[in-house]
Amino acid sequence: MRGRVTRFAARDAGPAARVVGFMAHLRENGFRLGIGEGELALAALVEAGVEEAAVRRALKAVACGCAEDWARFDALFDAYWRNGGRVRSRAVPVGTPQAARSAMVGEGAPGLGAGAAPGTEAAGEGEAEGDGEGRLIATAARNLRRKDLREVVSPEDIRQAEAVARALGQALRDRRSRRRKAARRGEALDLRRTIRASVGTGGEPVRLMRRRRPERPVKIALLVDVSGSMVPYARAYLAFMAGLLRGDGAADAYLFHTRLVRVTEALREEDPLRMLNRITLLADGFGGGSRIGAALAQFAATYARRFVDGRTVVMILSDGYDSGSSDELAGAMARLARRGCRIVWLNPLKGWRDYAPVAAGMAAALPYLDLFAPAGTLEDLAALEGELGRL
Amino acid sequence: MASASTVQDGLAGQGYVASPDLAMALHLALALGRPLLLEGAAGVGKTEVARALAAWKGCELIRLQCYEGLDAGQAIYEWNYQRQLLAIRALAEGGETGSAVEARLFSEAYLLERPLLRAIRQAVPPVLLIDEIDRADEEFEAYLLEVLADFQITIPEMGTVRAVTRPMVILTANGTRDLSDALRRRCLYAHVDYPDRATELAILEARCPQVGAALGAQIVAFVQDLRKEALEKKPGVAEMLDFAAALAGLGIADLTEDAGVLQVALATLLKTQGDRAAITTEVAQRLAGRAA
Repeated sequence: MRGRVTRFAARDAGPAARVVGFMAHLRENGFRLGIGEGELALAALVEAGVEEAAVRRALKAVACGCAEDWARFDALFDAYWRNGGRVRSRAVPVGTPQAARSAMVGEGAPGLGAGAAPGTEAAGEGEAEGDGEGRLIATAARNLRRKDLREVVSPEDIRQAEAVARALGQALRDRRSRRRKAARRGEALDLRRTIRASVGTGGEPVRLMRRRRPERPVKIALLVDVSGSMVPYARAYLAFMAGLLRGDGAADAYLFHTRLVRVTEALREEDPLRMLNRITLLADGFGGGSRIGAALAQFAATYARRFVDGRTVVMILSDGYDSGSSDELAGAMARLARRGCRIVWLNPLKGWRDYAPVAAGMAAALPYLDLFAPAGTLEDLAALEGELGRL
Repeated sequence: MASASTVQDGLAGQGYVASPDLAMALHLALALGRPLLLEGAAGVGKTEVARALAAWKGCELIRLQCYEGLDAGQAIYEWNYQRQLLAIRALAEGGETGSAVEARLFSEAYLLERPLLRAIRQAVPPVLLIDEIDRADEEFEAYLLEVLADFQITIPEMGTVRAVTRPMVILTANGTRDLSDALRRRCLYAHVDYPDRATELAILEARCPQVGAALGAQIVAFVQDLRKEALEKKPGVAEMLDFAAALAGLGIADLTEDAGVLQVALATLLKTQGDRAAITTEVAQRLAGRAA
């Protein structure tokens, strides 16, 4: 790798350093880039030529990894290459691969990364871990009704909930894969191994080898309503959510009220207190109104396309009191159901005596549900284990 | 020196109009020998890129269509069990036994090549299209990474097969599931969007020359407007071409000419019941009027 960089540096030390600096700039903005990409970028530039449009396209092809990156790239490119003064002070000196290394450390532990980063802006880099957070901090002040979730949930709650969540997760884990793997007993013959074994017995397949479908865990996507009417249950639900995500690497979590936010990354935070801090920021609008239909429609149109498939259980925790139209909710449920997932709706009110799903939203959603059950407390959730196992 | 515009011209010669971004990504993928990951909605022409590329380079297109449950037997190689069984019997009667039989059974003659193995054993580097990689399971993706890294495949009974030539690899995905970071990092990336008006017009001219310029412009404007409607499934480029071919076949010269025929021809664009219901005759006429 050094060879290539030096070859570049022999001609002109500037461009290579600036490209490496640009990669660091992208990394700070949430792109997943390692040393390899920096090297690849330089190789790509040799191929692409020096025209600005060509450079932009070449770097775009190298640095982007998904549709979100692709959409954001041009703005980031301009911010770096067309804002001379600020950028040049940040360009990384050639021959010290420190910047790249510190950024790799940064992926796991942002605090460490800041210490090793060169230049005067080292401290600032540590804070700007991801572009997402910066934006959320900016919007946090918008809603005055924001509540601090730390008052609602304690780290102890989360520990308790983890146990419940683990049990529920296990109850759901019985879906079979469609791939077959070799096994001692199974429903299909493994011809390859059978024939291999039959060579030793003169072509008689004395020992039959078999294959079967291994068990494959289901993914859980959890959508929790945190609107005003749900505040009494928030404690149990948020703890359950945190517990589920800490125990299950494939689970996915969202909060919704008037809009929907994905909180999966925040919930994976090691330290429970920091996690609650991050969620508090994300859950801006907590305790406000609810537009279930719009939130679910947004989910069905965006995240569900990426994360929800036939092996997913979508769990919605909400009381079904929707200030939007029930048609919108029905449409969203229909779209979601078409992804082949199973949908479970847990409603805290259902436990009440004489409860009937008269809320227009709830009634609209009912035909699409695989399970509609009461759940207001952690104990209720724990009791669901059997029901979920039968899904 | 070959450049992005060479690629663009080459593909244009095959009737594929590539955006500058895509042309550059393809050029780099070819020059640097990296796989190219194409993402975008269904029907924007991701698969078509590989076809045009193969036609331009004059090489074979080897396609691996991914699906849930795809395993090594379908993607890489499989032994021909029936032939092996027969051979064992025949050889046993002939008196051959032991290791001689084994060596004979696990040889080239009994090997069924599947796309991945075939792609790395071609004398002329082919285009390997791994279509809808996001439909395959994660395990397969991990295995694919290995193949793409070294271009070699190990068959336990035969040994390691090294690539004779490096195929040009194109992967497509349309977001059924999230791909792993490892795979994304190994590949160059291009996001393919619905073409803009001028590009789509160029595509239509290249692919359906029988459609006149006036009708062509109307069709493209109509389809572009249709994509802005709230549809479950937006019509892709292929649908647009079908639509154009249908109208040309029906002898229509102007979209506003016959509301009934237009409504029938919409069958080529709208593929779900909900979308058919959403685009009523009135809506279609309004769009057609705007396009005319």
